[in-house]
Amino acid sequence: MPRIEPEYFAQPGEQAGRRAETRETSVTTAVAFYEELRVAYGFALPAGQMRVAVNAVFCPWTRSLKEGDHVVFIPPVSGG
Amino acid sequence: MNRFLIADTSVDIGTLRETLLKPEAGGFCTFEEWVRQTNDGRLVSAIGYEAFAPLVTSEGQVILDEVRERFDIAETCAMHRTGYLPVGDLAVWIGVAAPHRCAACKVCRYMIDEIRRRVPVWKREHYVDGQIEWESVIMSVDVTGQPGPFKTGGGHAP
Repeated sequence: MPRIEPEYFAQPGEQAGRRAETRETSVTTAVAFYEELRVAYGFALPAGQMRVAVNAVFCPWTRSLKEGDHVVFIPPVSGG
Repeated sequence: MNRFLIADTSVDIGTLRETLLKPEAGGFCTFEEWVRQTNDGRLVSAIGYEAFAPLVTSEGQVILDEVRERFDIAETCAMHRTGYLPVGDLAVWIGVAAPHRCAACKVCRYMIDEIRRRVPVWKREHYVDGQIEWESVIMSVDVTGQPGPFKTGGGHAP
């Protein structure tokens, strides 16, 4: 199974209780990976209210994941 | 050079301004966002800003490239702070130099709106009563992963 490297910011970071980790997973897309983590950590927001970045590039939730991918779930931004 | 800076310490704004001094520019407009002492009627002591820095830099540069393409400007740059900022601190600085004043002002407005909509920075309000809360924002995402319209759920808008 591929090992994926999620990094968490803002509310998901608090809910996960960590900033980053390496996880083995059998799922193959960013959205399925998020749903897996949502079950594990109880993330409040559905994927439809967030964006996702793989290897520091915004991408569609349907993006496939491979070994070593760095994944960041982007909750609604509030800069400024 | 990437002209969208993300900084975890204070930045010398005079240096940023100097990079915008272009002979073809006849107008210069800046916009600053400061940490305000109230949010939705509650007293604020500070705001903590957290950012996914690599994507802030790249998405910020995309915004700068957009305005260079869409508007008649000479040069622009912007800076967003991270970390713990007390009331009165500078959180965002935008500078735009253009041949004419209208474009400089218009681009400042465009840039702050796009930064607030697209750049991965999150603010956490620190209230005087000791409570600490993430600002809640409602955002929708379309099938391509692009953000749709959003609204704040009690935001610290300027």
